[in-house]
Amino acid sequence: MAQTEHYILNMGPQHPSTHGVLRVKVELDGERIVHCTPVMGYLHRGIEKLMESRTYTQCVPFTDRLDYVSSMNNNWAFCGAVEKLAGIEVPERAEYIRVICAELNRIASHQVFIGSLLIDLGAATGMIYAFRDREKVLDLFNIICGARMTCHYIRIGGVIKDAQDEFLKETQKFVDYVPQMLQEYDNLFTGNEIFMERLKGTSIITKEDALRFNMSGPNIRASGHEYDIRKIDSYGVYDRFDFQVPTGTKGDNWDRYRIRFEEIRESARIIQQALDSIPAGPYMAKVPKVLKPAKGDVYHRVENTRGELGFYIVSDGTTKPYRVHIHRPSFINLQALDTMCKGLLLADAVAAYATVDPLMGEVDC
Amino acid sequence: MHNGILYLVTQDIREALLPIAGSEIIVNLTIMALGIALMFGLVTGSALIFTLLERKVCAFIQVRIGPNRVGPGGTLQSLADMLKLMSKEDIVPQGIDMWLWVLSPALIFVPSALIYAMFPFDDGVIFADVNIGLFLILAITSQSVLPFLMGGYASNSKYAMIGGMRTVAQMLAYEVPMVFALMGVVMLTGSLKMSAIVEAQTDVWFVVLQPLAFLIFMVAALVESNRPPFNIVEGESEIIAGPFTEYTGMRWALFFLAEFANLLSISIMTTTLFLGGWHGPEFLPGMVWFAIKVMIMVLVYQWIGWTFPRLRIDHMLTFGWKVLLPIALVNVLLTGIGIYVFNWL
Repeated sequence: MAQTEHYILNMGPQHPSTHGVLRVKVELDGERIVHCTPVMGYLHRGIEKLMESRTYTQCVPFTDRLDYVSSMNNNWAFCGAVEKLAGIEVPERAEYIRVICAELNRIASHQVFIGSLLIDLGAATGMIYAFRDREKVLDLFNIICGARMTCHYIRIGGVIKDAQDEFLKETQKFVDYVPQMLQEYDNLFTGNEIFMERLKGTSIITKEDALRFNMSGPNIRASGHEYDIRKIDSYGVYDRFDFQVPTGTKGDNWDRYRIRFEEIRESARIIQQALDSIPAGPYMAKVPKVLKPAKGDVYHRVENTRGELGFYIVSDGTTKPYRVHIHRPSFINLQALDTMCKGLLLADAVAAYATVDPLMGEVDC
Repeated sequence: MHNGILYLVTQDIREALLPIAGSEIIVNLTIMALGIALMFGLVTGSALIFTLLERKVCAFIQVRIGPNRVGPGGTLQSLADMLKLMSKEDIVPQGIDMWLWVLSPALIFVPSALIYAMFPFDDGVIFADVNIGLFLILAITSQSVLPFLMGGYASNSKYAMIGGMRTVAQMLAYEVPMVFALMGVVMLTGSLKMSAIVEAQTDVWFVVLQPLAFLIFMVAALVESNRPPFNIVEGESEIIAGPFTEYTGMRWALFFLAEFANLLSISIMTTTLFLGGWHGPEFLPGMVWFAIKVMIMVLVYQWIGWTFPRLRIDHMLTFGWKVLLPIALVNVLLTGIGIYVFNWL
């Protein structure tokens, strides 16, 4: 008696397009996806637990290793939380430098997104173009702090080093280059028929579903929900800048791709404004050598490149945090994968991972 | 009368050999063996050169430099690659269908090499100028689906299985429009003989008379040879390498070799069927014209491959059955009307 059964395919943890060590159990009917279950934990290092045995200052480098393509934002999230807890006032100049760095990092991260999406769609050429331009941002980080990816530049109370004139000048050059860069991407692949066919109308996540999954960042904005921590719960000096929050309408792969494009443009605008109005002054607050925040707890969130990154820190009055919990956007966004991929083809699942843009360092924490 | 350089050279060799060998049969056999050796040299040699060319072209398109370490300007890179592949461990996975698994890489090379017998390289230089040349070429190329399916089925790997299944679907969907597109060429020539097809293009190349067929053929040829953007069989971001996933070392290199042999053969077919074969202005011998045209087509195919994203399987099949096939049929109709009108005039 002949019988048919579903085909279980294990994609990952070693797979070219799972962006690290994500494993997805895909149940296939032919090439159609019946179910897909993300399996995580291959990169778990116990960062939350490790932080409990380190002083607050020593905790900061761990945040670099969470979302390693946007480390500036992560540093900022943790430092912001500790500053809130200890009541440290950050100098103006440091706030501006932080904004510049965080937005540069957002651009770099979105370029990784564009590059990896393209290579997942089989367009290796586009990936090289995106990574070429990302290199420019990494060079800027190299100038300002000597590191390229795991920067550890934003520290509790400010930034570790002042932004040199060279950095500001080079950043200006990069910002001027951004429109030309986006135009080049548009020419190369945005208008491509195959590319549009692959992305438009696939892996739709509705606004209701996105809210139900507690998604955040560009993923929920692509579904049409204007949710940006920089606007709704402004931190740093973001309230002084004029920028738009681009939103999509359908929540398909195409919207998620276009949102990132627009965000690069907006980030460049923010950097331009920050460069124009950066004040002189100290770049580091007076932070006690032994940092002992008072008893209590704090939750601080920032708009990471992937969504709402929050640090919940409980202090027991000693030099080390009693408990740290990290609200990781990639982890939460990834939960929607099954809903997004149901009924689509295997190739669409690959595109869906890419557009959700999870980063395994952050997912597994 | 044949007057291609290569043909004349062969005649000279034949005359020189005749007194030594004594009998006509031995001379024929010697020439045949020489030709086969040359052919294999061409196929494998071109694979070596194309590996480098592919990487250099891709690097040029991707604003990179490409291989530049091994030998002057990286020219020995493909030799180094070959050496590396030969020294690799030959891993045999568990639970495979041994016969099919071993045969698959060996068989994949057969159709790729066999069709070279039917290609006219120069005036009079063609191994088997049979009456049904084009038909044979199409029949042989369609066999290349079997080794893929065998490798995919025998590997005991799910990725390989999906890849093998995709091959069948894609070959079926594009074989048909390709055949119908070439029907136009055959109608104009009135023969399936390859030399006759080239002969018919003395005045006008078929790319002018059959632009639709030319485009359909280009797309279908890319699909048949698994070139990007139609390389869904190996689609590396989805199914790792499709049927080749479990192969290593020289076995894998054979797939690789076949791929480049196919690139060369589709370029030769495009040149022969649509770009006038060895025809060209007098100041260069026919063979050189042929080589130039083939190289241009190779570059065009590589250019296409490195620019576009990969298609999704359903889009691809829809495109083959619902777009290319009707256009190909319309092309046959138009060609028929054209021939009728031309004769009537």
